[in-house]
Amino acid sequence: MALNSKIPTGELDKKWEEYKGHVKLVNPSNKRKLEIIIVGTGLAGASAAASLGELGYKVKAFCFQDSPRRAHSIAAQGGINAAKNYQNDGDSVYRLFYDTIKGGDYRARESNVHRLAEVSVNIIDQCVAQGVPFAREYGGLLSNRSFGGTQVQRTFYAAGQTGQQLLLGAYSALERQVALGNVTMYARHEMLDVVTIEGKARGIIARNLVSGELERHFGHAVLLCSGGYGNVFYLSTNAMGSNVTAAWKAHKKGAYFANPCFTQIHPTCIPVTGDHQSKLTLMSESLRNDGRIWVPIAKGDTRKASDIPEEERDYYLERRYPAFGNLVPRDVASRAAKERCDAGYGVGSSKMAVFLDFADAIVRYGKIEAGKQGLENVSKDRIVELGKEVVKEKYGNLFDMYAKITGENPYEVPMRIYPAVHYTMGGLWVDYELMTTVPGLYCLGEANFSDHGANRLGASALMQGLADGYFVVPYTIGNYLADEIRTTEIPTSHEAFEKTEAEVKERLDKLMGIKGTQTVESFHKRLGKIIWDKCGMARNEEGLKSAIEEVRALKKEFWSDVKIPGGINEFNSELDKAGRVADLIELGELMCTDALDRNESCGGHFREEYQTEDGEALRDDEHYKYVAAWAFKSEGKWELHKEDLIYENIKIAARSYK
Amino acid sequence: MEHYSMNLNLRIWRQKNKNDKGGFADYKVEGISSEMSFLEMIDVLNERLILENTEPVAFDHDCREGICGSCSMYINGRPHGPWHETTTCQLHMRAFKDGDTIVVEPWRAKSFPVVKDLVVDRAAFDRIIQSGGYISVNTGNAVDANCIPIEKDKADKAFAAAACIGCGACVAACPNTSAMLFVSAKVSQLALLPQGGPERKTRVRNMVAQMDKEGFGSCTNIGACEAECPKGISLENIARMNREFTIASLLSED
Ligand SMILES: Cc1cc2nc3c(=O)[nH]c(=O)nc-3n(C[C@H](O)[C@H](O)[C@H](O)COP(=O)(O)OP(=O)(O)OC[C@H]3O[C@@H](n4cnc5c(N)ncnc54)[C@H](O)[C@@H]3O)c2cc1C
Ligand code: SF4
Ligand code: FES
Repeated sequence: MALNSKIPTGELDKKWEEYKGHVKLVNPSNKRKLEIIIVGTGLAGASAAASLGELGYKVKAFCFQDSPRRAHSIAAQGGINAAKNYQNDGDSVYRLFYDTIKGGDYRARESNVHRLAEVSVNIIDQCVAQGVPFAREYGGLLSNRSFGGTQVQRTFYAAGQTGQQLLLGAYSALERQVALGNVTMYARHEMLDVVTIEGKARGIIARNLVSGELERHFGHAVLLCSGGYGNVFYLSTNAMGSNVTAAWKAHKKGAYFANPCFTQIHPTCIPVTGDHQSKLTLMSESLRNDGRIWVPIAKGDTRKASDIPEEERDYYLERRYPAFGNLVPRDVASRAAKERCDAGYGVGSSKMAVFLDFADAIVRYGKIEAGKQGLENVSKDRIVELGKEVVKEKYGNLFDMYAKITGENPYEVPMRIYPAVHYTMGGLWVDYELMTTVPGLYCLGEANFSDHGANRLGASALMQGLADGYFVVPYTIGNYLADEIRTTEIPTSHEAFEKTEAEVKERLDKLMGIKGTQTVESFHKRLGKIIWDKCGMARNEEGLKSAIEEVRALKKEFWSDVKIPGGINEFNSELDKAGRVADLIELGELMCTDALDRNESCGGHFREEYQTEDGEALRDDEHYKYVAAWAFKSEGKWELHKEDLIYENIKIAARSYK
Repeated sequence: MEHYSMNLNLRIWRQKNKNDKGGFADYKVEGISSEMSFLEMIDVLNERLILENTEPVAFDHDCREGICGSCSMYINGRPHGPWHETTTCQLHMRAFKDGDTIVVEPWRAKSFPVVKDLVVDRAAFDRIIQSGGYISVNTGNAVDANCIPIEKDKADKAFAAAACIGCGACVAACPNTSAMLFVSAKVSQLALLPQGGPERKTRVRNMVAQMDKEGFGSCTNIGACEAECPKGISLENIARMNREFTIASLLSED
């Protein structure tokens, strides 16, 4: 099937207006007859469910947590971008668009990204109207900060809990629709397959995670808002439950999976301490506004940070990238940390860490504060004290989190940080309308591949999730549903439902029937190690080839030796996890396949064979300026479809942050 | 930080499903590192139980960084365990020493029935939010965000109230199983903001009515909720909600 991205014609900055002006509409009485299934209640799913419910559609929303409010979006810390230009520092829709394309290393679609930048401003308005308590200045207006890969301040935030506040806003809008009867919420439910009838998505099979029962749900359209697949690496900053199952099942039902090898390693996370580790904790990128990253100049220096004098420190980001300094994009910052540690300059007991130091910022803020308060002859201690208060207000909850995990006080000693898996740019391929290659099946938020190319800029995932759910899909879905008004509800006794449910049941039975000797967790750990070592921060042909073999072998072993206690028709977390890990294993193979196919380095995809003399990523626009969309053929077999990326408005250049 | 290893005795509540009576079971775990989180210690136990052909302990968890509000263990008589303003998932094993006995139970409250082992049903909280924990503004109806300036002090207070993670520790901590801290946090957040103004009276009345309907106990100013809340939600919110409620009742026209 040839890919049709359905990009509207016309000038870039008019496309969305034009599209909205001509898109088909569904009248209110017909909306009431149309049912929409939404899988996921993170920022993308909750905002879509609320908005579609408000429009009058009949919505059914699903999440595997006990409440929609607990979706993984809740954990986002640092902020959300929007081209408001409230700081009058030269920001604009075009600049946000440009920064996102460049940050993504020229592997994202211009039209989608421009639309994202356009609606970004509406998101902030909507959230404030809902009562989202963003940080404010003394004058009562909204405050902003900077994130990596930009030179303006366009990030809105609520301390280090921006995701929480945005999600609670969307969640309350969703619950309001539940109260009004427009949305029915199915918590502790997991979608285990898509039902297609005559090629169109018509519903899902979900498992009630309390009773274990399988349920059939019909919808005129199905929206997957199921988040990213970072947990393929086992250790990541994602929530424990984050998984690829919904997207993967859709993939096997015909939805192409795009750019799976584009995964993001975040530079500032708390380092691994031991084998017991179950997940990694992010220290928000916002900290790079004020924290300076360094390692000792001398190899193997074991002195305490405070004993290392200024002239014996290497602020390597400031040294290598003077224009952006500590605020280079994530892929660049992560690789630079790895480079220093691999070369033997790392700190801490594992030597796999670098310092993130706030001492300078504390003094700087202390002096400003002393000035504001009109204090004279202030002692150094008092300045530090004042400075700590400012830092606490900005990042208090992150500092607390760090202290609880490490037992160290980051107001006194620099944080130790190391890169960790954080986000997945790849995902289900979608067109301009966010529809996958299966008609009627949409994909929103982190689960799709759309806007971030090969590397996402900080604070842009929240923006994308809410853009997709509040402002894009409510329009684009009408274009499809307008032709569906004559489709009456298909009874779930239809053979397609019966057949799909039988397949799901068979798989569950099979899993339970293995009765092997190794736990699900142990398989997940081994998968993570393969992918991290060979398809992580640096990749090469040989490693990827062996990774594919290893993943295949792991899959075989999993299906013959996994041990799952308990039964099917009951609450059984191990069974839930087993299904997810089985899908992550399959995805792992596709990730490596994709990484092997892409003989270039771009964004988060760093192929060691393709780098410049000074170790920067070397793109190959002539051969790889495309989206790699993989069609599932049969187990372990995929077919590559290419969507050529056309840049009409941006001149492609080597990405430089120097 | 000095790290150490410890052996522990665990007494954990096991309950097959909501109809089962349930009871404590004792387990020993060995070689637990002080660097582990509490949930990682439970992971170690669970891995062992699976290999011994027993069912692992069921518990809710997701983010493991103190923000999603999933985790909910009542540890040695305290919701979320011994550390101040800390969720179960943020609790680390350096809080314990070699040879300790640790008792782990689910939240105990009539309105939070046990689903299995340490997992409880907190849907009552969602229903309370449905009754009024929002501002009625449809997508697309908003004015420019900076058209609504808000005093920093009020914005900060609203944010502090909005930090509630909906974990239910306040209910579990309260001898009356009152949900006042949770409800008042949402009422306060929205009452402090000008956007919340138009629905202020109906909101507080409806949310309080739903809270009562769910069977949560009444508040007798004990303060255990605030003491155990992992997010430091203040009792001031309860005072504010009481004022809001009084005003709403006095001025109610219906
Ligand atoms: C620690 C951390 C901090 C971050 N900070 C920032 C930040 O500051 N700024 C920023 O822009 N981005 C940030 N991100 C990224 C951002 O949070 C995510 O990309 C974004 O929230 C994803 O939202 P989503 O709606 O797509 O999916 P999610 O929030 O992951 O939601 C997925 C939903 O799908 C449901 N689900 C999944 N599978 C199934 C299934 N099979 N059946 C039923 N339900 C299912 C889940 O229950 C859940 O409701 C951060 C990410 C992490 C990990
Ligand atoms: S008020 Fe505190 S204890 Fe109660 S639900 Fe909210 S965060 Fe949890
Ligand atoms: S697991 Fe999310 S708060 Fe503990």
